[in-house]
Amino acid sequence: MNTGKNKVISLSQAIGRYVTKNCHISIGGFTISRNPMAAVHEIIRQKIKNLHIYAHSNGQGLDELIGAGCISKAEIAYAGNGRFAPTCICFKRHSIENKIMVEDYTNFQMALRFMAGAMGVPFLPTYSSLGTDIIKKWGFNPNLRKKDTKLASQKAIIMENPFARTDPGEKVVLVPAINPDVTIIHAQTADATGTTRMDGLTFCDVDQAKAARHTIVTCEKIAAPGELSQSPQNNQLPSFCVDAVVHLPFGAYPTACYGQYDYDVQFFNWYKKIAADQSKFDSFIKEYIMSTDHSQFIEKACGPGISQILADPETGYSNRTKKK
Amino acid sequence: MNYSPREIMVLAAARQIKNKDIVLCGTGLSMLAAVAAKHIYAPESTIFFESGAIDSGLAELPLAVADSRVMYKAANFCSLVETFSFMQNKKTGTNIVGIIGAAQIDPYGNLNSTMIGSYDHTKVRFAGSGGACDLSCFVGSNIIFMEVTKQKFVKKLSYLTSPGWIQDDTSRDQSKIAAKGPSIVVTDMGIMGFDKKSKKMFLKEYYPGINPEDIQKKVGFDIDISRAVPLSEPKNGELKILREKTDPEKLILD
Repeated sequence: MNTGKNKVISLSQAIGRYVTKNCHISIGGFTISRNPMAAVHEIIRQKIKNLHIYAHSNGQGLDELIGAGCISKAEIAYAGNGRFAPTCICFKRHSIENKIMVEDYTNFQMALRFMAGAMGVPFLPTYSSLGTDIIKKWGFNPNLRKKDTKLASQKAIIMENPFARTDPGEKVVLVPAINPDVTIIHAQTADATGTTRMDGLTFCDVDQAKAARHTIVTCEKIAAPGELSQSPQNNQLPSFCVDAVVHLPFGAYPTACYGQYDYDVQFFNWYKKIAADQSKFDSFIKEYIMSTDHSQFIEKACGPGISQILADPETGYSNRTKKK
Repeated sequence: MNYSPREIMVLAAARQIKNKDIVLCGTGLSMLAAVAAKHIYAPESTIFFESGAIDSGLAELPLAVADSRVMYKAANFCSLVETFSFMQNKKTGTNIVGIIGAAQIDPYGNLNSTMIGSYDHTKVRFAGSGGACDLSCFVGSNIIFMEVTKQKFVKKLSYLTSPGWIQDDTSRDQSKIAAKGPSIVVTDMGIMGFDKKSKKMFLKEYYPGINPEDIQKKVGFDIDISRAVPLSEPKNGELKILREKTDPEKLILD
């Protein structure tokens, strides 16, 4: 835990310090919204490989990490980019080519697993997935789970409700807690101590951050000392849950950051074609990520188009209909 | 007024929604159905998204459930744990109507959104359950929403992601799933129900101009078409609202 009062460091320092080869990570956001993309790109830049990723419904961040060969195992509920890619494209290819191992859960189960991690309990129960292949089919077989002590000993366990009176035999599914080595989220605002404020939907980011051994928050804006205390009801993470704060305007680009900017439709339509061909994807990584820093990436990928995706202060997104 | 298969499909699903319903939908056609229901048949229904937005303003059509467009003028923001807890909690869950799609469906309404092949040798990969399995295990009523093709309507699934009636009228009980199985399947050619006893899919209604035998030809298993009745054409007023209010930019309907 970093209890320092100034946690602001550079992106390369934050990733270099906390994300190491073989480590278990989770990233925040949901499909095409608030993925910590600048941090994802820095992981790719630093060539950190063999990562184990946990996600509920991550889209773009998950897909680029997989396409760049950083991920060996993924425990997920969903890999899609909404209308832009009903199934994430690199994810699809790498699954079929057996380049990654996938363990499938449901969205609620992944959310509960992060929550269990955040609460400090070993599992949480749910009724979800009784009678399905989510229980029956395991991506990580029992042998692998025995050997790799960082994995849960079992995918999920069905047990009878030990409190049942009226319905003996009632069953629940226990899903194992997740405590990632590091969670990275992108927020609209944080201050130097790590107090963090997300605007709009928070998805699972709060539990993901609380469950992790280390948490990196990248943010659009660093608030002045004391500023966030003027409306504490809007802050989700206390300083002691955050180890590093990185100031990164457009740090979620090309995904959306509510109230700041929208997802970039042009980028996503272009990415669809790039991601479908590994050699094109490799050139994209080389040209757009390996040879740039974050601000150069934004300039190269979006350029003057950035004004098109800036959010309308009233709606929080870039209005399509007003532009016509 | 002329209409497309997608338009009649959206209206057919929308007609299932009642005023008391809390409608959980994805993006695309299922969201149009929820929005159309609110404008035409059930103004007091509530739309919510698994990403956490409740009663969204939907001034513009979202392109993903986590799109900022679901956040504008929403009544509440919830975490993922909260939204799925509303489904699992019987008090709220029984009033929730889910509209879900999938890559494949079998005769009992079980859905595959995960993969084709064997689980360790994947031939085709889809996005995964997302919230579909959770929804199928929890909520009071479930409308399955998909286009009829031989690739989608199959005898046996490679992977059962979301439980339908599993394999007969007792199997949900045996698996200890408290909520009911799916009620109907709304497609681009007609509406299927599930037989009370066998829980097998049968053709309930077909759209104007559609021959029930053509539906059988496109479904990869035997489906009882003997009970099917024709549905009437959508009214001009319904089509007008659908086009003008739910997708004025024609992002999905065209």
